[in-house]
Amino acid sequence: MAEVLGGIFASHVPAIGGAIARGLQEDPYWAPFFQGFDAVRAWLGEARPDVAVVFYNDHGLNFFLDKMPTFAIGAAAEYTNADEGWGLPVIKPFAGDPALSWHLIEALVDAEFDITTCQSMLVDHALTIPIQLCWPDAVDWPVRIVPIAINTVQHPLPSPARCLALGRAVGRALARWDSDDRIVVFGTGGLSHQLEGPRAGFINSDYDRLCMDALAQDPDLLTRYTSLDIVELAGSQGVEILNWIAARGALGDATREICRNYHIPISNTAAASMVLEAKVAQPA
Amino acid sequence: MGREIEGTFIFDGGAAARGFALNAMCYSFNDAANRAAFLADEQGYCDRFGLTGEQREAVASRDVLAMLRAGGNIYYLAKLAGILGLSVQDLGAQQTGVTVEAFKQRLLDAGKSARHG
Repeated sequence: MAEVLGGIFASHVPAIGGAIARGLQEDPYWAPFFQGFDAVRAWLGEARPDVAVVFYNDHGLNFFLDKMPTFAIGAAAEYTNADEGWGLPVIKPFAGDPALSWHLIEALVDAEFDITTCQSMLVDHALTIPIQLCWPDAVDWPVRIVPIAINTVQHPLPSPARCLALGRAVGRALARWDSDDRIVVFGTGGLSHQLEGPRAGFINSDYDRLCMDALAQDPDLLTRYTSLDIVELAGSQGVEILNWIAARGALGDATREICRNYHIPISNTAAASMVLEAKVAQPA
Repeated sequence: MGREIEGTFIFDGGAAARGFALNAMCYSFNDAANRAAFLADEQGYCDRFGLTGEQREAVASRDVLAMLRAGGNIYYLAKLAGILGLSVQDLGAQQTGVTVEAFKQRLLDAGKSARHG
């Protein structure tokens, strides 16, 4: 059976893509963020995944407001990035895994998640930047991907409880996937930030730390909040933590924290990275 | 619906409906040819997307808070900001009524207080 190795959690601020393009990883402003990925890459070097299931949110590249799915899952053989309008370089395509996508779709619908399925899906910086941070020198991406987009744009958003449940359903389906695949799960975005309104620039490090601690030790704690509570506590775009919560759900009950980095500011954002290794339950 | 959060626009169904034309125009800016068309004839481009008077005025005056009040969503407005050469720090400074330097310093200070707090 396939093995879920762990989860990688990372901010996806577009400016990070700009910094990569300009080679600013060692620049004093950027280094405290990029350095957090040394430990992520060290873990990945041991984990050697074949597949990445990526929970992220689209920012108006693939989805517009005419059709806005709450949860959408890719089922394509290939996913391409494209011009998002602000000059980020277009990243080379990613191979998909349609068989695994359809296995997840079957399992999710069976678990009564009414998802949207996408045989064609552009993936934006929220997917490409975390992958670039993990494999900066890759000529070909070492993983096939299954993207799962969560609506963090147009309220009402799904609740943290629902996102955790979605992730858990994905995790159960991955554990039943009949293959030798080694799988990592990504949750991208956040942490606290707000781009719009008189409260633009809002950051809440106490809440961010609470979220990272809870994801490592007790993710159910985060289900006490509504998505609007998160807007209030973490800023309008801080709701991207929903992607992290879903990814955590896919890792099973127990995890081991491998590394964590938290830095303010990157652009307008409290930027973070974290790896949680999945602990496989030992037979008694 | 209806919950108020200080200093924050909740992009809900009402805003999404009100802002549809403005956000549709911004979504079109994923395409370089459309960005060039906007720059070549801003009024004509706004006409093409049927922007409301309030939306046109907000765009013409580069007033981000007015765009948000007219139903703009920041993820889409960011594409317009890109055309205008404005970063999210520029947008933040304009919306909070401080200089860009002061806005950036506020973010740096948040980092310092988080490290020491």
